[in-house]
Amino acid sequence: MKKRFAQFIEAFDERTGLHTGLQKFLYEEIPASSGWHQVFGSVALFLILIQFFTGIMLAFNYAATPGDAYNSLRYILTEVTAGRLMRGLHHWGASMIIVVVVLHMVQVFLWGAYKKPREGTWIVGVILLLLTLAYGLTGYLLPWDNRAYWGTVVSTQIGATVPLAGAYVSRLLASSGDVGVVTFARFYGLHVLLLPPATLLLIALHVYLVRRHGVAPAPGDDLKPKKSFYPEQVFKDTVAVFIAFAILFTMAIAVRVPLERLADPTDTSYIPRPEWYFLFLFQMLKVFEGPLEVVGTVILPTLAILALIATPFVDRSKIVRVRQRTLALGVVVLAGLGWSGLTAAAIKSTPPQSAASSIDFSGPTQWMQLKPAELSGIHYYRQENCAACHNVTGTEAKAGPNLLNTARRHDQAWMLLHFKSPQATSPGSAMTPVNLSGPQLNDLAAAMLALTPENGDVISTAPAFAADGAALYQKNFCFSCHIINGVGGKLGPVLNGLAGRRTEAWTAEHFVNPQKMSPGTPMPPYKFSQTDMQNIVSYLFTLPDK
Amino acid sequence: MPEHTPAVQEHFDAANMPRRAFHLAVIYVLGALIGLALAIPTIIYLFVPPRSRKQSPYVDAGDISQLTPGAPVEMSFQQSRVDGWRVLTEKRTAWVVKQPDNKIIAYGPQCTHLGCAYHWDEGIKEFACPCHNSFFSMDGKVLAGPAPRPLDRYVTRVQDNRLQIGPLRNSAESNG
Repeated sequence: MKKRFAQFIEAFDERTGLHTGLQKFLYEEIPASSGWHQVFGSVALFLILIQFFTGIMLAFNYAATPGDAYNSLRYILTEVTAGRLMRGLHHWGASMIIVVVVLHMVQVFLWGAYKKPREGTWIVGVILLLLTLAYGLTGYLLPWDNRAYWGTVVSTQIGATVPLAGAYVSRLLASSGDVGVVTFARFYGLHVLLLPPATLLLIALHVYLVRRHGVAPAPGDDLKPKKSFYPEQVFKDTVAVFIAFAILFTMAIAVRVPLERLADPTDTSYIPRPEWYFLFLFQMLKVFEGPLEVVGTVILPTLAILALIATPFVDRSKIVRVRQRTLALGVVVLAGLGWSGLTAAAIKSTPPQSAASSIDFSGPTQWMQLKPAELSGIHYYRQENCAACHNVTGTEAKAGPNLLNTARRHDQAWMLLHFKSPQATSPGSAMTPVNLSGPQLNDLAAAMLALTPENGDVISTAPAFAADGAALYQKNFCFSCHIINGVGGKLGPVLNGLAGRRTEAWTAEHFVNPQKMSPGTPMPPYKFSQTDMQNIVSYLFTLPDK
Repeated sequence: MPEHTPAVQEHFDAANMPRRAFHLAVIYVLGALIGLALAIPTIIYLFVPPRSRKQSPYVDAGDISQLTPGAPVEMSFQQSRVDGWRVLTEKRTAWVVKQPDNKIIAYGPQCTHLGCAYHWDEGIKEFACPCHNSFFSMDGKVLAGPAPRPLDRYVTRVQDNRLQIGPLRNSAESNG
């Protein structure tokens, strides 16, 4: 059997040369100093392949047009089994590639491995770094949620400030007017059609050059016996790849990537933020204002890239031990400090996103369809701790009956009587009377009657701010003049779609001083506590557009 | 086996064999673990059907308090159908009959022969299909023509005098 197999391999190799080629590739001689510090290139290659794979998997369930892109991603996250894991791997893989590529670069830089004759390998590496960033930039738009949309608005506007070329950049990205369907198509085309083959070609060239010149030796290596790439270095690379994969897999499972509200070009209150690895650039722009802006957007980044490319031509000294490369170490430490400082400052200066903006739309959102009275009823359901004795969707044993299908068995009159004197409707019941006012009981009854097997989990998934905000809305009789989800009076404006018309700050101010914000309005002023104000404004800003 | 350089050949020496075996074992085991961790979710992702959206199987078809027993009425209603990430709304119809005992029956609008749209013939008090002259009684039974089985019925329920229509059941499969 074994002999047969060997014969087969030999016959196969005679015709294709693949086996000999692989052997030649694996049994490459590498310098004695090679070791753990050189694993990053392999890890980066592995992560790129993971991105290709998970990207293709996502494409199997993704519609590449705005609107549908959002809905299909939501479908992947909420309905496709293991869809959230695939998206998690792709999302966190992108961040991880940046980290690993930078580590790879720092290692090569510290060891001086870019020196003659390896200048070409280094320059191809710099281009690959830029391609990695381009993936991040173009992929950011593809979920087509508010975060994606507004982040891209900012990055395309930065592109437009490039002197002379700016107008052409805008034209190329179709972003001279608004970011829209054409921009989306360009970004998608770049992300999946142009960048991957370009990356593959450059990686092939990069690896070819590494092989042509061999792994960079350290001083004294020529006196020591050489090592074999396989299996010793491959073993180290595999261990490193495994650690990276374990971290990536854990993050994909444990750290949930939210999907925000569908991209809303009219949402003026959204605070755009780029991905974490672009934050330092974002922060740098704050230093340069007005006519100097171009320094931060174009000149400094261009200089940095040129400096990277020029590195092997500036530093033409002989290869020395890594411990003696104090200048290189200084450069790395300074760059690291600068980057961390800018990133920390950017994070620190980021105002927290409002409760309404940070709702995860890949989570349950049926509570948004509830009428204000029903949502307010959920507030009282929680306040009165009804869940201590009743289940809605839960299955643990509790004293009272399950409330999921109460609407089928009882009407509002029965509910109200039951709340006030439970034993009158249900003889022998151990329930204590619900101590709430008439309107509050009406809301509680409305909530109970709204529960169906399709939406029952609203009782636990409606966010506290929304339930509390709705209770406040009901308590102040806002419904006598305003309509939410089809219910209410017609004197004031319909409140659905408020997020597209006003900012949260405007709305809060409007509660305090309606005459100042809309002169002539019949709306009276409302003095809410700070928490109440946050709750009711956030609630109004989560209403579905209708 | 191709010829190895002395430096590489050294790794095949007997003294280095345990070390080499350890390296190979780690490469294969970790490689297999990564492969499994990717293959299993991928198989699940591609082959397990997506969780269906929670949707009530019933749609509201309209008020039935005005129906008179023995006078079938064609009612139309909007039914939404989930197609991947899209929800399509389609117009559908049903022939609704209030039986003498006030029981409501909703028939699918197609003849069970070849799927033509039949109608209620008030003169003879029968459902008549114009294509091949199949006739059905008010309770759906075949009276004449090539129709192979009684009219198909929707699963229905009534709430507050409103008819709610569920899925269509093939009459041959449901009760023959």
